[in-house]
Amino acid sequence: MLGYLGIGLAAGALERAAGMSYAEVLLISTVLYAGSAQFVVTSMLTLASPAAAIVLTVFFLNLRHLLLSAALAPALRHVPAWKNALIGLQLTDETFVVAAGHAAAGLSPAWMAGLNLAAWTTWAAANLAGAALSGSIGDTRVLGFALPCMFAGLLILQLRTFVALRSPLLVAVFAGGFALLGKGLFSGPLIIIAATIAGATLGLALQRWTSARNS
Amino acid sequence: MDIRPEFLALVLACAAVTAVPRVLPLLVLTRLRLPAWLLDWLSYVPVAILASLLSLETFSTGKAGLLAIGVALAVAAATRSLLGTVLAGVAAYWLLL
Repeated sequence: MLGYLGIGLAAGALERAAGMSYAEVLLISTVLYAGSAQFVVTSMLTLASPAAAIVLTVFFLNLRHLLLSAALAPALRHVPAWKNALIGLQLTDETFVVAAGHAAAGLSPAWMAGLNLAAWTTWAAANLAGAALSGSIGDTRVLGFALPCMFAGLLILQLRTFVALRSPLLVAVFAGGFALLGKGLFSGPLIIIAATIAGATLGLALQRWTSARNS
Repeated sequence: MDIRPEFLALVLACAAVTAVPRVLPLLVLTRLRLPAWLLDWLSYVPVAILASLLSLETFSTGKAGLLAIGVALAVAAATRSLLGTVLAGVAAYWLLL
């Protein structure tokens, strides 16, 4: 969970360096509350992109939450709709990985609320701390690298939740390769959705094939 | 310490388009009984998303980024610590750049 702190600090420092006030850093980290989207908004603002283009990019980038939210749904079917709406509002890549690790035992709304509130406050505090440190940090490229490192850590945690490593490992390599090769065909963040659908479909096929062979 | 009105509008619009995909499946799919194949398919979604995000982000950082991500992956596999992974990866990138 604490990997959060690292990218929160980086995000806050970059946001401040892009000209946001402390109040604006607090606003974006609590209301938008999405690590990779905040990095994207920040970099697009420094490039003076039109607001409509920024909103559209964030929409496509965060469309992947459809898939995360859908993946959590089976573990939350006993929960009332209004509680699920609140739980979903605070869904992130990071909290998803933590929640998915506990999903087998069933997820209670209280446990999800605790996880979400802890992550939300940590995220806002880390963003503000990063903003305060912003002036003393030189190369923003190095800070931005915290984001892929976070994805690397989350990927390893997610791979460890599988009993047999072969299929998920092949899915990861395939989806990663698909994203790189298809980058030119699909505009911007759409490639993430395409690569995810292709990867999950391969995973399903591998799993069916393995169990058919063993039975 | 101010919030610019156009910045407020931008953040609210971004938050609105983010809220829909976060909430909608939880509201709809918890009401339906999902077939087994769809549950199996969904179990591979997180690995596929994280791998594609990782490869796209790393690709734009060049050779130094590729090597540093190797370090981050190794630290993650050895320690399971996200903070350790982020610190090791960023430090490696800083040294290699």
